[in-house]
Amino acid sequence: MTRRLVVVGNGMAPGRVLETLFEAGGSDVDVTIFNAEPRVNYDRIMLSPVLSGEKTYEDIVIHDDAWYREHGVTLHKGRKVVHIDRKAKRVVADDGTTAEYDTLLLATGSGPIVIPIPGHTLPGVLTYRDLDDVEAMLAAAKTGNRAVVIGGGLLGLEAAAGLQRQGMTVTVLHLMPTLMERQLDPAAGYLLQNAIEARGIQVVTRANTHAITGEDRVTGVRLDDGTEIPADIVVMAVGIRPSIDLAKTAGIETNRGILVDDAMRTSDPDVLAVGECVEHRGVCYGLVAPLYEMARTIGRNLLGGDAEYRGSVTSTKLKVTGFDLFSAGDFADAKDRQEIVLRDAARGVYKRLVLKNDRIIGVVLYGDTGDGSWFFQLLKDATDISEMRDTLIFGQGYAGGAPLDPTAAVAALSDDAEICGCNGVCKSKIVGTITAKGLSSLDGVRAHTKASSSCGSCTGLVEKLLTLTLGDTYNPNAVQPMCGCTDLGHDDVRRLIVAKALKSIPQLMQELEWKTSCGCAKCRPALNYYLIATWPGEYEDDSQSRFINERVHANIQRDGTYSVVPRMWGGVTTPQELRAIADVANKFAIPTVKVTGGQRIDLLGVKKEDLVPVWADLNAAGLVSGHAYAKGLRTVKTCVGTDWCRFGTQDSTGLGVKLEKLMWGSWTPHKVKMAVSGCPRNCAEATCKDFGVVCVDSGYELHFAGAAGMHVKGTEVLCTVATEDEAIEYCMALIQLYREQGRYLERVYKWADRVGLDTVRQQIVGDAQRRHALHERFLHSQRFAQSDPWAERVAGKDAHEFAPIAAISFQEAAE
Amino acid sequence: MTAPLQLRWVDVGSIADIPRRGARQIVTPNGPIAVFRTHDDMVFAIDDRCPHKGGPLSQGIVHGSAVTCPLHNWVIDLQTGAAQGADEGCARTRPVRTEEDRVLLGLAVAAEQAA
Ligand code: SRM
Ligand SMILES: Cc1cc2nc3c(=O)[nH]c(=O)nc-3n(C[C@H](O)[C@H](O)[C@H](O)COP(=O)(O)OP(=O)(O)OC[C@H]3O[C@@H](n4cnc5c(N)ncnc54)[C@H](O)[C@@H]3O)c2cc1C
Ligand code: SF4
Ligand code: FES
Repeated sequence: MTRRLVVVGNGMAPGRVLETLFEAGGSDVDVTIFNAEPRVNYDRIMLSPVLSGEKTYEDIVIHDDAWYREHGVTLHKGRKVVHIDRKAKRVVADDGTTAEYDTLLLATGSGPIVIPIPGHTLPGVLTYRDLDDVEAMLAAAKTGNRAVVIGGGLLGLEAAAGLQRQGMTVTVLHLMPTLMERQLDPAAGYLLQNAIEARGIQVVTRANTHAITGEDRVTGVRLDDGTEIPADIVVMAVGIRPSIDLAKTAGIETNRGILVDDAMRTSDPDVLAVGECVEHRGVCYGLVAPLYEMARTIGRNLLGGDAEYRGSVTSTKLKVTGFDLFSAGDFADAKDRQEIVLRDAARGVYKRLVLKNDRIIGVVLYGDTGDGSWFFQLLKDATDISEMRDTLIFGQGYAGGAPLDPTAAVAALSDDAEICGCNGVCKSKIVGTITAKGLSSLDGVRAHTKASSSCGSCTGLVEKLLTLTLGDTYNPNAVQPMCGCTDLGHDDVRRLIVAKALKSIPQLMQELEWKTSCGCAKCRPALNYYLIATWPGEYEDDSQSRFINERVHANIQRDGTYSVVPRMWGGVTTPQELRAIADVANKFAIPTVKVTGGQRIDLLGVKKEDLVPVWADLNAAGLVSGHAYAKGLRTVKTCVGTDWCRFGTQDSTGLGVKLEKLMWGSWTPHKVKMAVSGCPRNCAEATCKDFGVVCVDSGYELHFAGAAGMHVKGTEVLCTVATEDEAIEYCMALIQLYREQGRYLERVYKWADRVGLDTVRQQIVGDAQRRHALHERFLHSQRFAQSDPWAERVAGKDAHEFAPIAAISFQEAAE
Repeated sequence: MTAPLQLRWVDVGSIADIPRRGARQIVTPNGPIAVFRTHDDMVFAIDDRCPHKGGPLSQGIVHGSAVTCPLHNWVIDLQTGAAQGADEGCARTRPVRTEEDRVLLGLAVAAEQAA
C-alpha cells in the first residue's frame, strides 16, 4: 500500500491515475504533484480548438484548483523536478522544493522534436505542445501574417488550420509524398491535401527544409531545391520524443521511453511510470486512449490491486472543423491481405477496410466517418466479418447477420470501456448518470458527464448508450425540449402562448405544467422574449428573467465592471458627441475608450455605481443606449455613399441612419446587425450581416442571413427593390418574421436555414399582403419598444440594480 | 490561540429591497456578499464570488433555490453554495435569517465584540 505518492508531471495520464485512485477509495493517499507547466491539468488534445478560437483555455481545464483542494492534493505548479534520490526516496525540484515518497510516479510526457537545421533557434521558431506554445502562436498571428508549418502530420495540420483561422497565410511543408502518411493511405492523404488546399492552405510535399532564414528573427524558410518561402513564424511539428532524461540520470532503465512491465513498474519497483514517456512492450504511444488504459491499471494497483496493462490498438481522428477523417490499425498493402474500397467522388467520400483472415485489421475513412467507432470495435474484438462482408463497407446500418441490432456492439462493451476519449468517460459512468439523473437527451449527457462535448467523435456511441438505457423512450429526432423544466420545444411553447393567450411567465408555467418552481436560466430569458414579442404593449417585461447585461443595459466584463456603448446612428458622429464622450471618459476615469467593430465607440471598465451618472452625462449630449448588450438591434454600419464617394450609387449613409432610427430598441431572438453599402464594392460589409443592403444603379439589392462570427456566412439575396421606402418595408417585414418564428438565441441565418430560404423569400417578396401585415406588426411593437433605457434609469428606474443593499464597515474576525 | 468567535446579526435591509427571484450585494471589508430572495421569499446569503472564476453571483438569474452565474453559467445551489451538474466547486454560504420583514446577516466577531 502506498501512503505517500509523488507524481512528476501533471498531464492527462496522471490526472486519470488520480481519478481512478480516488474513485476506488484512495482518499487517504497523500499525493504531491510537480508540474513544470505553471498550471493545472488541462485537455492537451483540445489545444487546437483553442488555437483556432473555437474554445478557450477555461473550456479545456480538466481539474481546476478546487479539485486539488477537495482531494487534498498538493500541486506544485511551475516547478520542475531535477533530481531523484532513489535511496532516500525523495525528489528535488528546480526551486529546491523536496518531497518524499513511498511510490514515485513518473509522468513526464514527451517533448516536441526540433530539427537542428540552421536558424532553428531564431525567435519566431515555435513548437506545438502546450498552452504556452498556443499563446505564442496567437501572439504571432496578431502581428505577423505568414506562417510556415514544418510537418504535415496530425499536429502540423491542426496547427496550420488554427493559424489560418487566426488570419495567417499558411504553408505546410511535408517531407513525405502524402500528408499524414502514418495514419492515412496515399489515396486518403491525397483527398485530404486537396481539401486543405481548397481552404487556402498551401501544401508542399517532398519538401526538405534546408534552413530557416533571418537575422535576428525568422524571415523565411529555404528548401533543399533553393525555394524560399517568406514567413513571420515557423512552427515545427515533426514529431515527439519521450522525456526520459530525469529517469535516465536516476539510473532507471530506459530505451526510447522509460521501460515498464505490465504493472507499469520501472526497473525500480517503487517507481512507476505512465503516459507518453513510457515504453511498454516495445511501443511508445502518442495518443490519450492507451495512456488512460495505463492510468487505470496504476490507479487500481496503488491500492493493492494486481491489474495489468497489455498494450492498445489506437485510432486517430483529425480535429479540424470541416474535415472528417478517421483511421485505425494497419493498412499497408501486403500479400495476405484483402481490401474493400468505396469511393464516392461527388460526395468526397473514401472508405477503405483492410482485411486479413476475415478480420478487419485496418480502417481508413475520409469524408464520412460515422461508422468509425463500429469498424474500430470490430477491429479491436477481431470479429469474424465473413457473414456481413458484402455490405460491410456501407457501415453498421446495412450490416446483416448477427450484429444487425446496432446497439448490440455497444451493449457488449465492458462497463469500464472508454466511450469519450477526450474527457475520459467510461460506459458505466454514462449509463449510471442517465439512470440516476433521468436524462433523455444527448445534451443532458453532455451537461452531466462531459462525454461527447469535446471533439464529438463519440456522439454515435453516446446516442447508442441512450437507446440502450432508455429503450424506445429515447428518440433522437424527438423535439428538443427547451430545457430541463419542460418537455415542450421552443416552437410548441410559442404556438401555445398564442393559442392559450398566455401573458405572464407564472401563468405560462402553470398552464404548460412546468416541472420546476420558476424555470431556469435557459427558459426564463426565452419565455420573457417570446411574451414580449407576442404581446407588445401588454406584457410587462420581467427584468429578473433577463441576463445581467439586458437587466442593467451594459455589458458585464470579466472583472465585474461594465462597458458602455452609445448609439452612433449609421456610424456618423459629431464633434459635440465626441467631446461629450471624451468628457465622460475623463470625469469617470474610464480606463479604455475603443472604436468597436460596429462603427461606434465603447467605453470599457465602468464601475457599476458609475453607470447611471455616466448615462446622465451622455444623455445630456443627446447620446442614447446602443444596445450593444441586447438580443436586439445592434448596429447599422454604412459607407459614405453618394454624399462623398466617387462610386456611390445611392445615399447609403442616409438609408442606414433611417433604418437604425426606425428599428432601434426592438427585441429579437438573437442580436441583429445590419449594414448599407453604397455600391457593390461593399465597403460597409453588408454581405455578412443579418440584413444588408447593397446599393446599385437601379436601386437596392437586399440581402439577409449573413454573419461573421463563429461561422463566417455570406448573405443570401432576398430581391432587388427600386426605392428606399421599399427597402425599409422589406427589412422591417423580414425582421418581424424572424421575431415571430425565430427560436431564442437563433441568429437570422440559423432561423432562415431551418425554415428554408425560399420560404422566407416567398413570405416577404412573393406575398405582398403578408409583407404589409408583418411591417404593420413591427411598427406596432416599436411603439412600446423605443424608449431609451438609459434615460429611464437616469430617471430612477430599477435603482436597486445599481447600488448595494448595505455596506458593512467593521472587519469580520478570522476563523 | 484566537479568541472564541460568536455570530453577530447585522440588519442589512428589508426583504422588500431585494427583488423576488433576484439578489442584492452587501459590501464588506472582506469582499462583497450576495443576498438572494427566491420566488417563495426564502433568503440566502453567499459570498459574491463564483467558485469558477469569481463571477459576481448577485448578478445572475435566480431560479428555484439556485443562481446561474452571469459569466459562464455555472449553477450554484443557494442552500449549500455548491456547483451543480458536472462542475465542481463551492461558494461560501453565510448565515442569514429574517425577522418580520428585516434581513439579518450573521458575521463572525470575537466574543467580546458581539453585542
Ligand atoms: C465591442 C465589440 C468588439 C470591438 O471592440 O470591436 C464586440 C464585443 C463583444 N462581442 Fe462581438 N463585438 C463587436 C462586434 C462584433 C462583430 C463585427 C460587427 O458587428 O460588424 C462580430 C461579427 C459579426 C456577426 O455578429 O455576425 C461579432 C461577433 C460576436 C459573436 C459571434 C456571433 C455568432 O453568432 O457567431 C459573439 C458571441 C455571441 O453573440 O454569442 C460576440 C459577443 C461579444 C461580447 C458581447 C461578448 C460577451 O458576451 O461579453 C463582447 C462584449 C463587449 C462589451 O462588453 O462591450 N460577438 N462581434 C464589437 C461591438 C460592436 C458594436 O458596436 O456593438
Ligand atoms: C496539439 C495536440 C493535439 C493532440 N491531439 C490528440 C488527439 O486528437 N488524440 C489523442 O489521442 N492525442 C492527441 N494528442 C496527444 C495527447 O495530448 C498526449 O498523448 C497526452 O497529452 C500525453 O499525456 P501525458 O500525461 O503522458 O504527458 P503530457 O500531457 O505531455 O504531460 C507531461 C507534463 O509533465 C511536465 N513535466 C515534464 N517533465 C517534468 C519534470 N521533470 N518535472 C515536473 N513536470 C514535468 C510537462 O511540463 C507536462 O506538463 C495531442 C497532442 C497535442 C500537443
Ligand atoms: S461602397 Fe461604394 S460608395 Fe461606398 S465607399 Fe465603397 S466605393 Fe464608395
Ligand atoms: S465565474 Fe461563475 S461560471 Fe465562471
